[in-house]
Amino acid sequence: MAAAPESTEGTQGFLGWIDRRFPLSALWKSQVAEYYAPKNFNFWYYFGSLALLVLVNQLITGIWLTMNYKPSSAEAFSSVEYIMRDVDWGWLIRYMHSTGASAFFIVVYLHMFRALLYGSHRKPRELLWIFGCLIFLALMAEAFMGYVLPWGNMSYWGAQVITSLFGSLPIIGGSLLEWIRGDYVIADATLNRFFALHVAALPLALIMLIVVHLMALHEVGSNNPDGIEIHDHEDAEGHPLDGIPFHPYYTVKDLVGVMGFLIIFFGIIFFAPSFGGLFLESANFEPANPLQTPPHIAPVWYFTPFYAMLRAVPSFAGTQVWGVLVMGASIVVLFFVPWLDRSPVKSIRYRGPIYKFMLAMFVASFVILGLCGLKPPAGIYPLLSKICTILYFAFFLLMPWYTRIDRVKPVPERVTGI
Amino acid sequence: MMPKRLIAAAALAALCGTLSLAPARAQEEGGIPVQPSHADIKDVQSLQRGARNFMNYCSGCHSLQYLRYNRVALDLQIPPADMQPNLMFTSDKPFDTIVSAMPGDAATWFGKQPPDLSLMARERGRDYIYSFLKGFYLDNTRPWGVNNIYLPNVAMPHVLASLQGLQKPEFKNEPDESGNAHMVLSGVQMMSPGAMTPEEYDRFVRDVANFLDYAGEPVKAKRESLGVFITLFLLAGFALTWALKKEYWKDVH
Repeated sequence: MAAAPESTEGTQGFLGWIDRRFPLSALWKSQVAEYYAPKNFNFWYYFGSLALLVLVNQLITGIWLTMNYKPSSAEAFSSVEYIMRDVDWGWLIRYMHSTGASAFFIVVYLHMFRALLYGSHRKPRELLWIFGCLIFLALMAEAFMGYVLPWGNMSYWGAQVITSLFGSLPIIGGSLLEWIRGDYVIADATLNRFFALHVAALPLALIMLIVVHLMALHEVGSNNPDGIEIHDHEDAEGHPLDGIPFHPYYTVKDLVGVMGFLIIFFGIIFFAPSFGGLFLESANFEPANPLQTPPHIAPVWYFTPFYAMLRAVPSFAGTQVWGVLVMGASIVVLFFVPWLDRSPVKSIRYRGPIYKFMLAMFVASFVILGLCGLKPPAGIYPLLSKICTILYFAFFLLMPWYTRIDRVKPVPERVTGI
Repeated sequence: MMPKRLIAAAALAALCGTLSLAPARAQEEGGIPVQPSHADIKDVQSLQRGARNFMNYCSGCHSLQYLRYNRVALDLQIPPADMQPNLMFTSDKPFDTIVSAMPGDAATWFGKQPPDLSLMARERGRDYIYSFLKGFYLDNTRPWGVNNIYLPNVAMPHVLASLQGLQKPEFKNEPDESGNAHMVLSGVQMMSPGAMTPEEYDRFVRDVANFLDYAGEPVKAKRESLGVFITLFLLAGFALTWALKKEYWKDVH
C-alpha cells in the first residue's frame, strides 16, 4: 500500500512527520513565507502588526494580573495596590496593561485612519473592514469593563454613567439596565460579571474576530498606498510583480516598527505611567464611593470623542435617548463606509481636493471632540462639541456626494516608489 | 519617501502632544493655584526626614494602610535598629502596614474620618499636599478655629501651628459676572511666627509631601532610574533591527 499523499514535498525528519499529519509547512508558506504583500508599504502600515503586539501584551500581562487581582467590591481596590506594591514586578505588569489599553486605541485609531487614507475598505475588502469595525466594538467593550475593575471612584462613576445610557432606551430601558448591572446600582454583582466578560468572553471574541480579520486579509491581499491591485500584474509563476514575500521582508521591517513603538511605550511606562492623568485618572486613586460623586466625571481619553457627541445632543421630548442614539450612530456609520465612498480611485494620492479637505476636517473634529469630552460641559465646549458632531457625521453622510464630484488624478498601472 | 515619513512621524507626535496638553485638571475645582513643592523623590535624606515628620505629626490620625514599615526601612535606607524605636509607634511587627492610632469612630470628633494618605499624592499631587500644609489660616467660624485656602471648610485642625505659626487671610475685590464686586480670598499672611522660620517650615512640609509622594508609589524612584537603561537597550535594539531591515531590503527595487 502506498504511503499517504505528501502534501508538502521535501520536508523530512520531524517536520516531515508533522507535515504528513498537519499542514504546518503549507500554512507557513501560504500565510507567511509566500504571502505576497505590496512592496510600497509606508509608515501607516506598521499599525496592524503593532495592534497584534499590543493584543499579546494585554493577554499576557492580563493573565498575570488575574493571578493577584480579587474581583470583589470589598477587595478589588486593595488587590490592585497589593499588585503595585507587594507583588514582584507587579507594578510593571500593571503599568504595561494600563498603558497597553491606551496604546491599543492609539494604534487602532491610526490603523483605521490608514484605511481612510488609502481606501483599504473598498471592494474587495469590505468584509475585511467590517470585521475591523467589529474588533473596534469589542475593543471598546473590553476597555470599558477593564476600566471598572480597579474599583476606583472614577471606575465606579464612569460605569454608573455609561450603563445608565441603556436605561434611557424607551420601554425596555429600566429592566435592561437592571439586567446589565445585576443590581439596582453598580455593585459587587456588576464587578463580578464585568470581570468575567473582561478576562474570558471579550478576549475570546477579540481573538476570533482578529483571526477572521486576518483570514479575510490573506484572501483578498493587502491594499497599498497607491490603492491599486498588485495581482493585476504577475510574473510567470503567478507572483505579483510589485509584491514581496511577507517573510522575511515585512517581518524584519515590522520589527523596526516594533522597536520604535516599544521605545515610546516603555518610555511612558517608566517615566509617565499616568500620562498626566490621561492613562490613569487621578480620581481613580480613591476607592469607589457610592456616596461621593467625583467633581467631574470623564471617561478615559479614548472614549471622549464619543462621550462629547453624547453630551452635545440636547434632551428632546422629555428623554435623553437622542444623545445615546447619536453616539451609537457614530459607530454604526463606520460599517457603511465601503458603500458610502463612491470615488473611482481608492488612494488619497489620486483623490481630489474635496476628499483631502473632508478627511482633514474629520480628523480635526474627532480630535476636538476628544478634547471637549475631557472638559466639563461649560464655556465654549458644548458649542464646539455640537459643531464637531455635525462635521463628524458630514464626513460620512455627504461622502456619496462629494466623492463622486471630486476631481481625481489618473491612477498608475504599477505601484510607485518604495 | 523620507519627507513623507517625517510628516507622518510629526503627525503622530502632534497627536501625542495634543493628548498630553489636555490634562489641566488638578486645579479645576478651587481658585488659588497650588505652589510647586520642588520635592525630589531621589533625595533619600529628604524622604527620611519626611518619614520622621509624618510618623511624629501625622500618623496619630492618618494611616498609610498600603505601606509597610519594613518597606520604608528598606527603600529609605533606615537601619532596622533605628526604625523600631524612632518610627514605629503603633506596631512592633516590621511587616505591618502603617495604621493610625485613631479609633473607627473618629468621625464623631472631626465630622469626617481622617483619610488614609497612602494614595493622596497620586490623587491630588505632592504640590497640593505641600500647599495644603502651608494653607491654614485663622477663621473663627470653623470648629477648630482654622480654615484652609486649598481645601475650603477643612475638617482638620492646624496640627503644625506650633511650628508654622498662625496666618490670617487676605482678601481682594473681584467683580463677578454681573459686575458686582465681591471679597475673594486671595492668600494668607503670617500673623504670629511659630517655632520654625518660614524656610524651615517650607522644608518640613516639602519633606512630608515628598514622603507621601513616595508612599503613593514606593517604586517611583527605582522605576525612573530603571527606565533609563531600558530606553538605552531599546535604542540599541532599534539600531540593530534598522540595520537588519536595510540589509534584507537591499534587493527590493
